[in-house]
Amino acid sequence: MATRARVRSEAPASAGEAADLVRDSGSAGATIRVRGGGTKLGWGAPAPEPDLELSTARLDRVLEHHAGDLTAILEPGVPLAKAQQRFEAAGQMLALDPPLGERRAATIGGVLASGDSGPLRHRYGAPRDLVLGMTVALSDGTVAKSGGKVIKNVAGYDLAKLFCASFGTLGLILQVAVRLHPLPPATATAVGRARDPESVARAASELAHSSLEKDCLDVRWEGGEGSVLVRLGGATAQAQAEGAARLLRESGLEAELLEHDAGLWEAQREGQRGAAVVRVSGLQSELARAMRAAERAGGTLVGRASLGLSWISLPPEGVEELRRELQPRRCVVLDAPRELREQLDVWQAGAGLEVARRIKRRFDPANVFAPGTFVGGL
Amino acid sequence: MPATETTAADRAIADLRQICGEEHVVTHPHQLRTYESDGLLQYRVTPRAVVLPAGADEVRQVVRACYEAEVPWVARGSGTGLSGGALPVEDGVLISLSRMRRIIEVDLPNQRVVVEPGVTNTEVSRAVGPTHHYPPDPSSQIVCSIGGNVAENSGGAHCFKYGFTTNYVTGLEVVLPDGELVQLGGKELDLPGYDLLGAFVGSEGTLGVATKITLRVVPLPERVRTLVAFFENTSHAGQTVSDIVAAGIVPGAIEMMDQLSIEAAEGATHAGYPPDAGAALVVELDGSEAECDHRFGEVEAICRRNGATGIRIAQDEAERELIWKARKAAFAAMGRISTHYYVQDGVIPRTRLPEVLVRIDELSREYGLRVANVFHAGDGNLHPLVCYDGHREGEPERAEELAGAILNVCVEAGGSITGEHGVGFDKKRYMPSMFDEPDFDAFQRLRCAFDPAGLANPGKVMPTPRLCGEVPGPYRQHPLERAGVAERF
Repeated sequence: MATRARVRSEAPASAGEAADLVRDSGSAGATIRVRGGGTKLGWGAPAPEPDLELSTARLDRVLEHHAGDLTAILEPGVPLAKAQQRFEAAGQMLALDPPLGERRAATIGGVLASGDSGPLRHRYGAPRDLVLGMTVALSDGTVAKSGGKVIKNVAGYDLAKLFCASFGTLGLILQVAVRLHPLPPATATAVGRARDPESVARAASELAHSSLEKDCLDVRWEGGEGSVLVRLGGATAQAQAEGAARLLRESGLEAELLEHDAGLWEAQREGQRGAAVVRVSGLQSELARAMRAAERAGGTLVGRASLGLSWISLPPEGVEELRRELQPRRCVVLDAPRELREQLDVWQAGAGLEVARRIKRRFDPANVFAPGTFVGGL
Repeated sequence: MPATETTAADRAIADLRQICGEEHVVTHPHQLRTYESDGLLQYRVTPRAVVLPAGADEVRQVVRACYEAEVPWVARGSGTGLSGGALPVEDGVLISLSRMRRIIEVDLPNQRVVVEPGVTNTEVSRAVGPTHHYPPDPSSQIVCSIGGNVAENSGGAHCFKYGFTTNYVTGLEVVLPDGELVQLGGKELDLPGYDLLGAFVGSEGTLGVATKITLRVVPLPERVRTLVAFFENTSHAGQTVSDIVAAGIVPGAIEMMDQLSIEAAEGATHAGYPPDAGAALVVELDGSEAECDHRFGEVEAICRRNGATGIRIAQDEAERELIWKARKAAFAAMGRISTHYYVQDGVIPRTRLPEVLVRIDELSREYGLRVANVFHAGDGNLHPLVCYDGHREGEPERAEELAGAILNVCVEAGGSITGEHGVGFDKKRYMPSMFDEPDFDAFQRLRCAFDPAGLANPGKVMPTPRLCGEVPGPYRQHPLERAGVAERF
């Protein structure tokens, strides 16, 4: 029977309803794909369409915002952009700035589940570093919480970290407590440019090791030219950025200062999405190599210089060659046409897979959460 | 059947002697006494044997031998923990990692350092100095081991701004409880797969033993400025903290002491704190020079606005050290005003500080026991020191009860039973005040994924002992998966 099964779609209105749906699907063995803003549905290994698409669109409330404590509790379907507006009004931010995708629809749940991040990661870490606590629904009907809502807490296992970047394969996030940070009163960005990857990498490394307190430290390589972008924030952003520009010049780059820097950073975020995008888990000392590889592939590179992470956007046909060239560094394929994702292992899974399998079996005993989309066929 | 258990343990110990050498397996009762407790002295358990492996491979073999003999084991670093996390198990083996003290690699270009678990926290910073440092700084940093820091997810005075151990571990080599050696993470970030590092750090030795640890290190800040301000009472100091945070300032450290702890610390250190001050607030800013200087002026103004009775600004490193000396001595100095004291570790949402302090004060009077308060004020981490006389009948028990009542106040305010000391053995009974049965069930799933036989540090963290069953619920391939994709399209 080659009839195409229809995907049932549900958008529960409460955490309780969502947990019931998960439990029922688990006992019926019906597979579940959790959908937030739908901006990263193409990520992960290609798998059969699920039986149920569980949308978090109606789980979209900011449940608590404790401005004085710099914490908040959110439902997973809150669009990140909307949450930020709310926090901005109090002079605060959730220090997560990944690309928000089409219609800026990315939700907090989707960003956490995918582990996506943006330039602010330099100073504030990955999504997992900003999560204080989490409540999840598991496929056997268990609804469990871990962590708490205070910024310092070591009681119990840190299950929230396990669920971050698990691509919705362990359970459904029902609620998340996050740490907020003050918005800097001003920002300024120093940009240095050069035409060879080595100069860009050297200057980026110089900045990475400098004692200036950077909010963001990115590199960009595009069309034979590279740049180092350094954002400073605070009451003295301009003065600090001048210091950064000085360091860039001392490293032999042409440097300028930008006070209106929002567009520049938006372009960095946009550089993380495309027809085919590979995320390289590299090293700071190999930045030049990654830029050269991007250049040869006819692609553009956006990188978090001191973290060794790069996103290379390139023509899909160049992906396999790029991965070969960057070995042994892991290159996860994020955006890519389905045909390509079917041809290769998007994850390049490595060690620790046996433990990952055991985790999956324990947390998703019914094996209904997005089976086949994550590392090693999980 | 105690007879067979004895034989199993004995056989395991014979294996340990083979693996590590006769001189690195301790079984003599006198020598075992050293290992009866960790930093929390009120609990004592004598292990069957203590083994001191020389490297990862020996750890692997030791754990494997225990696994085969079904003997429980506990890993121990420097033994400075304050929750009984390294308390031995009777008839079990204690694995001391104190011989594994090599700094394996300093990779400054990539801002990483790779160490063995017995290396002390301070040694890591020293290895990457003077340009870089390792920010998490528990107050026992001179002696506490990185392996222990990983197990407990240790923090310290600077973690409000810089984060905890978990934010700095990028890779681990781990011996799993069945003796398998696995690599989690590496020098690189975002390696594909579940965040097993995140699950492991802070798991209090219940998921395995870390034998190699890769840490991220960062450049030292351009500027550090430190002041201590004195206030009539803790509510003025507390308001100052709130105002600093509301101004969007994130201090490197912000520490508060109340009158009793000032009196004790000053008596011990002569750091120049007025012993009659109602509260002291140590504020340290660090970062880019321009920003730091600018913000420091703001902090000073906020202190004055809140009625600071005196402000001392460190003019050089020596003066800075003197300011910190009193704060760092606060715990130990309690010995001057009380024969015994219990260091509590609770967390509250910082804005609830005034009401929680009032409640602690009420409880203190109710129980007739003095409580000195030392806080990591930025993140709401309280360290009430409950003073008692251990020789007076019933007083230790009353002190323990009071310390527990303080934790309940923290949880009721929306906080936690531990901010940095861990649950260990001491606090597992309080876990039900924060977590419910389904939460424990989820915790247990993680534990069972790593340690189905339940041999790694049993009796810690979870309030009641649990066994791992087979994988709960039916694990079956989805019918569509079995049928293959072709059926569907």
